[in-house]
Amino acid sequence: MRNPGINVLSIGLVRAVPAGLAAVAAGVGLAVLIRRAVGAPGWNPGPVLAVGTLTGILAYMVALGAFNYWVRWILAGKRPEEAETKTDLPRWARYFSFDLDHKVIGVQYLVTALIMLLFGVTLGFLMRYELTSPGRTIMGPNMYNHIMSLHGINQIAMILIGVSGLMNFLLPLMLGARDMPFPRLNAFSYWLLPPAGALLFASLPAGGFDTGWTVYPPLSVQAPLGMQFMILAVYLVGLSSILGGINFLTLVFKGRAPGMSLFRMPIFGWASMATSLLQMTFTQFIGMSFLMVLLERLVGMAFFVPSSGGNVVLYQHLFWFYSHPAVYVFVLPGFGIISEIIPVFSRKPIFGYAAVGLSSLGIAIGGSLVWAHHMFAAGMEPWLRIPIMITTVLVAVPTGVKVFAWISTMWMGKIRLETPMLFASTAIAVFLIGGLTGVPLGIVPADLYVTDTYYIVGHFHHTMFGGFVFPLMAAIYYWFPKVTGRFMNERLGRVHWAIMTTGFFTTFLPFFWLGLNGLRRRVYDYDPSDPFQTLNIVSTVGAGLLVTSFFLVAINIITSAIWGLRAGANPWRAKTLEWQVASPAPDENFETPPRVVDTPYGYGRPGSVHAIMSTGGAEGDN
Amino acid sequence: MKKHLMALAAITAVGTAVLAYLFLTKQITPARASSQAHDVDRLFSVLFAIASFFLVLCLGGLVYSLIFFRRRKGDESDGPAMFGHAPLEVTWTLVPLAIVIVLAIIGAFVLQSVTAAPKEELDVRVSAFQFGWQFNYPNEGLQTNELRLPIGQPVRFTLTSRDVIHDFWVPEFRIKEDAVPGMETTLRITPDRLGDYWALCNELCGIGHAYMRAPVKVVTQEQYRSWIEGLKKEKGS
Ligand code: HEM
Ligand SMILES: [Cu+2]
Repeated sequence: MRNPGINVLSIGLVRAVPAGLAAVAAGVGLAVLIRRAVGAPGWNPGPVLAVGTLTGILAYMVALGAFNYWVRWILAGKRPEEAETKTDLPRWARYFSFDLDHKVIGVQYLVTALIMLLFGVTLGFLMRYELTSPGRTIMGPNMYNHIMSLHGINQIAMILIGVSGLMNFLLPLMLGARDMPFPRLNAFSYWLLPPAGALLFASLPAGGFDTGWTVYPPLSVQAPLGMQFMILAVYLVGLSSILGGINFLTLVFKGRAPGMSLFRMPIFGWASMATSLLQMTFTQFIGMSFLMVLLERLVGMAFFVPSSGGNVVLYQHLFWFYSHPAVYVFVLPGFGIISEIIPVFSRKPIFGYAAVGLSSLGIAIGGSLVWAHHMFAAGMEPWLRIPIMITTVLVAVPTGVKVFAWISTMWMGKIRLETPMLFASTAIAVFLIGGLTGVPLGIVPADLYVTDTYYIVGHFHHTMFGGFVFPLMAAIYYWFPKVTGRFMNERLGRVHWAIMTTGFFTTFLPFFWLGLNGLRRRVYDYDPSDPFQTLNIVSTVGAGLLVTSFFLVAINIITSAIWGLRAGANPWRAKTLEWQVASPAPDENFETPPRVVDTPYGYGRPGSVHAIMSTGGAEGDN
Repeated sequence: MKKHLMALAAITAVGTAVLAYLFLTKQITPARASSQAHDVDRLFSVLFAIASFFLVLCLGGLVYSLIFFRRRKGDESDGPAMFGHAPLEVTWTLVPLAIVIVLAIIGAFVLQSVTAAPKEELDVRVSAFQFGWQFNYPNEGLQTNELRLPIGQPVRFTLTSRDVIHDFWVPEFRIKEDAVPGMETTLRITPDRLGDYWALCNELCGIGHAYMRAPVKVVTQEQYRSWIEGLKKEKGS
């Protein structure tokens, strides 16, 4: 496969990284000169590095080739004619280049997300380790706050990236499309992320930031330089998210194969529709609120800090306008994955298709109206608490519909407990606990007690692991054959599942008790007289297991990609379209568009097929 | 089919009864030192008891399926083609809907009760800063670094901050409120248990956040008066 004759400069990343770094230096130099010219002291790290970051990103994107096609189009005055995704690069090199194929981009996203996941959980373990004894254990309070904040935003970026990766790889295949509707925009969205990741990594050496992922002013306006790196990183992730949302939404509405009405879509299609709608509509709010913080830091514009005439609660509203809907972006795709895997491994149709599909939209719409439940104790209008409380608890209803439907799908089924099913069913249990512990958080007087305690931390780790991390693992084991043509190692997979599940509950179940007994969130230390140490140690042991399990899956992915058992086109005997083509999925996806004739969940109905494939392709079972 | 449903119903009934009993009778929170704490804890007990039902039902159904509805070795056939069941789906939409609405109404009443303004209030102004607290008893003209409160006396805290956002929280009093720079917020507490507690900062405020706290003593009326008089004398001299 490795072709020694290849010109390394034809690999995008090889051009882009040096160009980007050179442009950072050039931007910094330019900024210093301009500052000197207007009589300011030349070196001021904030504004100077802000200019450098922007020039760096621009040069990197140009060198990568992100603008080639558009520039040629503008210069020629008409659309350049060339094969959309033609490339001469060998397969491995395409992963490091501005490639247009959605399957390549999906893998790029997913690998990026996994690297960030490993980094993030390691930070999580360090925090847990610090808390095993009162006083200093391995780090000081400043470092703790920086690691805690970086862990939070890194994990959130990781989820957004992972979600885009799943939708990128799966959605065109599942809907019977050739590719994304805007392949160049799609690649563009991905390539914004490596600099975002680099900025996040660099934020720690640049001084870190101690605000948590929420970046509340005035603290964020006073925070060290690392804050600026983090804000710019989130800005890039947000831009990528908006562009991705446009692409996916267009695909769902305009790119489906002939015969695939909305109600013949796999549930993952509904989940992606709801997710993209939220991404496209709300991401701008976090972009705006972070940008305002940045401007307040750099040039002293008075938006939020009261001593210069701003209002701190305004920031919180703007921030949560996005960041609450965002939590549904985190979990809806995971729900979609559970809904795909449960029927296949239970050999039964998804129970109540329409309700499961539409409840995604219900959650998205309902979830847009609940942002202020993060602010019950934050000095918001007292009367506003009541309507927000009602909308918040209402969101529990469509979520419950999904859980009931999954369990009913398994009920009376013929369940095969292979790794994808193990992870998918564990995801339901974990999310269930996250959801049920969330209801008290919606009820204002109960929330006023446990908000900002470890109870909350326990709640949201349950929702994010149940809604995203466990489904992601299920997805990896389930779709790996479609990506590589090989199975993941099943035995290692079971070990991974057992360690991850044990580790997860040991880490996070104690958080509920700790929170109810007064352990505050985001604290570096607790008093020796507090009753917290025993459970903190238990939780840290769990965290050790949990982190280990993530390295196990990484090992499994790498070794299985090379030595895994070969898989046929449709090893799980599923009915959705991606399993009706060869494994790994061929470059052109479908030779001719499939013709969809029935639901993708016709299990138990004799002779039911989802679609009629043209000649060739792959036959059902093997 | 019947047999399995009966089994699940039995599991749910027993499991819910046990869990709900535990939640309604065992205290899983610190001491209750304010009238608000009793309301909040009772609310939690009810919420957890109701959640127990859904927890046991769903977890029970999940684990039961994983155990009893396994494929026999070599059986490659599908399960029954059950595409849905409209009455069941309507039930599991409407029943939770009704429950959460009732919970929201209960929540509104409890909120009303824990924030109600009684007639005779003791005014305390709280000023937060990185990383400490200052208390001001405006009626006495006193400023202190510790908080002493007479038992049974409703208190109105007026909170503000001199720098970043903080949050005033005594876990034994249960409810909390942010101290926000540039504005004033209100928190009402009626202490009803003698003892020593800590007022903690509950909003990340920087490097000293974990250590930002002040002692709180709930004392008898007489002890409170003599403390106040003592402070006044000190100030006068
Ligand atoms: C080994 C796995 C993990 C461990 C041990 C861990 C541990 C922690 C700890 C100790 C905190 C700080 C709690 C506090 O004091 O406020 C935290 C915060 C957080 N974690 Fe994790 N975590 C893990 C994985 C994850 C994952 C996978 C996600 C996302 C999917 C995640 C998302 C977050 C977020 C968003 C925060 C909030 C940060 C903030 O307060 O700003 N964590 N985690
Ligand atoms: Cu504070």
